[in-house]
Amino acid sequence: MDWIAMATGFILILMGLYGALTNRNILRMIVSFTVANTGVNLVLVAVGYMHGRTAPILDQAVPVADAARRIIDPVPQALVLTAIVIGLGITAMMLTYAYKLYEEKGTLDISKFRDLKW
Amino acid sequence: MSHTVLLTLSLLLAVAMIGAAWITISVHRVATAMLAAGLVSLFASVMFLLLAAPDVAMTEAAIGSGLTTFLFFFVLGRVRGGSDD
Amino acid sequence: MIRNFAVFLLLLGLAAIFMHLMQGYIPATGLNQTAQYYAEHAAQDLGAANIVTAIIVTYRGLDTLGEVTVLFLASTIIGMVLAHGSNKHRRALQRKLPPSGELLTTGSRLLTPLILLFGAYVFLNGHLTPGGGFQGGAILASAALLLLLTDPLRRFSHRLIAVVESISGLVFVGLGVLGLLLAGGFLDSRILPAGDFGTLFSAGAIPLIYSFVGLKVGAEFTSMLAHLAETERS
Repeated sequence: MDWIAMATGFILILMGLYGALTNRNILRMIVSFTVANTGVNLVLVAVGYMHGRTAPILDQAVPVADAARRIIDPVPQALVLTAIVIGLGITAMMLTYAYKLYEEKGTLDISKFRDLKW
Repeated sequence: MSHTVLLTLSLLLAVAMIGAAWITISVHRVATAMLAAGLVSLFASVMFLLLAAPDVAMTEAAIGSGLTTFLFFFVLGRVRGGSDD
Repeated sequence: MIRNFAVFLLLLGLAAIFMHLMQGYIPATGLNQTAQYYAEHAAQDLGAANIVTAIIVTYRGLDTLGEVTVLFLASTIIGMVLAHGSNKHRRALQRKLPPSGELLTTGSRLLTPLILLFGAYVFLNGHLTPGGGFQGGAILASAALLLLLTDPLRRFSHRLIAVVESISGLVFVGLGVLGLLLAGGFLDSRILPAGDFGTLFSAGAIPLIYSFVGLKVGAEFTSMLAHLAETERS
């Protein structure tokens, strides 16, 4: 079950990278980065999964005494929570710069921005 | 849930996610690509729940599938004219 | 042509690395030492039922401080980049929109307090059920988004959002320094007593710290959306 999630995450990373490298429109590049971001988070959470165990929340189903035998690893989940929120901040910044570029030049095709090329 | 039901559900979700990612990189209109990215995020949220991570599923559904799609469409509405490929 | 070929080579190399990683991966059968310590001590030391919340707020609180800083930087940069100088000149030629229908106005007035209440519930109960400050902050920002979608010419007061965000950030760091002075270390939640396990007023200062993180994150997302919505061209 975690093999499926890990393989899907890796395939999403590859497809996101392909979309980011071959598209010319800046908005499509940003959308492909978002797909690759989702793939990375999927791989991270799939590493912490253990077969036959349940979520790391202590309630009536998982009493406090045998918590260490019945829950999965909680550390990757804490890291991925942070990563998802920061991914949104980065996407918002990329979209702001795309809007500013459109205001300066009137086009969103990245091969028309040749100011830094020799 | 029993093991085979879990396995079948995760296989279906994986195929749907890869199909939606394929639509993202190979369709002509930018609006459809943005909607397909929101769909990838939604399926990933359900898959997080199957991987026994309810906190992460809630965060991905609220932020990845809600706010990101809205941000994309806000900016798309303001760059009319430059967004045709 | 050459560029597509180079892209394919790069992706093939990455795919080979990923296959090698997946073949060498052996799923763990028991918790490793760090996770074992967190699982055994989170309930008796801190009194929190949600172990992921206990890790984010107390055990790895410094990562949360770093993330709050990164979000603050992102929201400030968006505000700076999108500031346009000719604000008054632009306000003269705003287009007149037809008023939104009765269904939209009444529906949004009914739903917005409920969404804010639900967001507050999610970040106050972060230590008992799945949830917490980041999810609650995103729900608060979606209430602001509903108001923006109903009336696209509505302007939020940036001063109020900035005041809420700054005060929440100050209180968060202040609680952390209080943990340094009165208890074990930075952002230690034992400065308040850990009450009965499983009730709302338990787990020390975790609900307090997480509420302020939730308010700060909600204010930052709202300010990002408000800045993007103000770039309305006629």
